[in-house]
Amino acid sequence: MYAILGLLVGVALGVFLQPVMPTALQPYLPIAIVAALDAMFGGARAYLEHTFSDRVFVVSFVSNVLIAALIVWIGDQIGVGTQLSTAVVVVLGIRIFTNAAAIRRSLFHA
Amino acid sequence: MPEPPRRGSAEELPHGSADGVRHATGWRAVAQALLRPSRSHLVVAVILMLAGLGITLQVRTLATQQDYSTLRRSELIGILDDLTAESRRLEAQIVELEQTRDELRSGADSQQVAREEAARRREELEILAGTIPARGQGVRVVIDDPSGGVGSSILLNALSELRDAGAEVIELNDQVRVAAGTWVAGDGAELTVDGVVLTRPLSIDAIGDPHALSEALRFRGGLVSEISDERVGGRVTITSDAEVTIGSTRQVTQPRFARPA
Repeated sequence: MYAILGLLVGVALGVFLQPVMPTALQPYLPIAIVAALDAMFGGARAYLEHTFSDRVFVVSFVSNVLIAALIVWIGDQIGVGTQLSTAVVVVLGIRIFTNAAAIRRSLFHA
Repeated sequence: MPEPPRRGSAEELPHGSADGVRHATGWRAVAQALLRPSRSHLVVAVILMLAGLGITLQVRTLATQQDYSTLRRSELIGILDDLTAESRRLEAQIVELEQTRDELRSGADSQQVAREEAARRREELEILAGTIPARGQGVRVVIDDPSGGVGSSILLNALSELRDAGAEVIELNDQVRVAAGTWVAGDGAELTVDGVVLTRPLSIDAIGDPHALSEALRFRGGLVSEISDERVGGRVTITSDAEVTIGSTRQVTQPRFARPA
């Protein structure tokens, strides 16, 4: 319940306060969002499998986001930023699909 | 109150399930999470709020900004190169088209002048050749000779005098246009001009300066005195008119023998 409320509050804050993203961070925000999605799906899966731990969730969320952004940043520094962000998106996308499949299995048994 | 870190496992109670409810599975777990929020949910809520904030931010940024902001330097340079080459090509095309336009415009101008000149010359030549009707100030001469004493020589003389006085267009009896190829035949009773037999009384319409034309006919020994003479016994009436209209025309035949030299 709180989780959904939190998501709604975040969206509302973004819409109404219209915070401005620092230009230097803008290239990394999409990747960070994908990493956050991955962490969220992972958390949902863990919850449904009764292995959920908020500490693990928080740590995995933050570290996922930071590492994803870091990888892309390093890639930008050494000139393979585009390829590395593609790689990150692919890997995280695979994980998201795996987690979604697990969630689906525990919810629908199918 | 800090909660001890939990590793969720099948043996543990679900978060906040102090009432002893055992592990729910599937949809029941979802319903339980919705209905019985626990403290750890608050942490998740904060994290999800951050995620929602980030997603909104990104979506809004993409919606308001140009697509180019997400591109990398090499791609931007490529796009810039393309644009520069394209604009150079278009500029060259502009120059070329402007040149063509100027050429066409000057060509159209000179063509227009030539056409006007040609139209003017054609009107002059048509009046000269007698192929179109004409009007202007001039005189109308009526020759009444009951005895038929006006022959071809008198008529020819009259025409010559009128031409000499600057007659531009001459017409006989409102039916024969006098032009370069006009011929006069017959004597006395029957006068034929260009194959048309003239009936009496004769009339001559001429366009030109009315004063000069009437003087050309009235001078001593001229047409009027010749016809008024006893031998002919006719009468000449000369009327000046500010608007003489000559309606008869001639057909121009293609010359059979003459060629431009």
